[in-house]
Amino acid sequence: MSSLELIGISKSFGNVKALDDINLTFEEGKIYGLLGRNGAGKTTMLKIIYEMLFPNSGAVHMDGHAIGGNDTALGKMFFIGEKNYFPEEMKVEKAFRLMNDFRKDFDPAYANRLADAFGLNIKKKIKSLSTGYASIFKNILALASNAPFILLDEPVLGLDANHRDMFYKFMIEKYSESPFTAIISTHLIEEVADVVEHVVIIRNGCIIRDEPRESLLDSGYSVSGKADTVRAFVSGREVLGTDALGGFETAYVLGECPKNDLPEGLEISRMDLQRLFIQLTNS
Amino acid sequence: MDLRFEEERPIFIQLAEQLEDGILSGAFPEESQIPSTTEISVRFKMNPATALKGINILVEDNIIYKKRGLGMFVSKGAVKVLREKRKSQFFERYIKSLASEAKRLNISADEIYEMIKRGFSA
Repeated sequence: MSSLELIGISKSFGNVKALDDINLTFEEGKIYGLLGRNGAGKTTMLKIIYEMLFPNSGAVHMDGHAIGGNDTALGKMFFIGEKNYFPEEMKVEKAFRLMNDFRKDFDPAYANRLADAFGLNIKKKIKSLSTGYASIFKNILALASNAPFILLDEPVLGLDANHRDMFYKFMIEKYSESPFTAIISTHLIEEVADVVEHVVIIRNGCIIRDEPRESLLDSGYSVSGKADTVRAFVSGREVLGTDALGGFETAYVLGECPKNDLPEGLEISRMDLQRLFIQLTNS
Repeated sequence: MDLRFEEERPIFIQLAEQLEDGILSGAFPEESQIPSTTEISVRFKMNPATALKGINILVEDNIIYKKRGLGMFVSKGAVKVLREKRKSQFFERYIKSLASEAKRLNISADEIYEMIKRGFSA
């Protein structure tokens, strides 16, 4: 089993601590959601994993060994982010050929099939691609790379709803045929909520959650009803936040949902991933 | 079959129920093949592990069974089993919430009974 491990990673930019003692393990064949607000440290973390940035302390291990510039370990990963790393003047088809020359597992036929499905003109120069198609181009490279670990930093940025839908479907299809590890950083939480198996939430450079999606969703609930009844019910419980509308209140609570022991007039709901994320990262 | 998932219950349980609905409605007749895990997960953009968890609920209840190398099939007698299961859940799932809403609105049991009769004749 391959695994990717972050051990005590810290990184500062000047006085700003971007990552603070990150310890994480990414297992083989799982889809991870890497969630965090703007500036939380998601991109920094992905770049450190792929050695595009170096930490002030700590190490990234692939299969138990520090990566430290090792080409075999780096070759097991593929990273896509905001920037394009091919020459701007290069055409898409040339980039596919280059990938084919440098990465033995790259599947050019699959890349062309996806380009066709998305309507990406492979004769176009990379610099002339719109924001959406630039993202699609990078996503195709990642999916066709057949790398065991793909790191996707905001993969659906600029994609319209139809293309986002297609992207998730192609990714799940590919994953279903031969599982890989995907680490997806995104702000469109609702869209990936059912796609990911495991969720990592990062806040101000620290990991605040690292657990399977289902258990994360089971870790809290919301309770609504008359404000005084809700307040009486939640007193002594760990409340993440509240929403009020006149005399009606909803409280977001951590802990096991006490379904059978509920005062009259209160309603309990499970929180969805986005709501839970907002409550956990609000402060 | 069209799925509209809500957040109230885990998604794999909702998937299992939707597949049961498909079997009860005849969309997936007995002894016919149900869609594969891949087809289900791609169609609903859900993690294949989640889809498998939902499918496995039906396997454990003997509602569907695996034919080696072919896929998953609806068991003979599945509809009868599902009807019984749904009947046993009927009180918990429908009557309890009906009664609590009726109490809130001061509707008597007799009035509800009249409404039920009207609902059946409609």
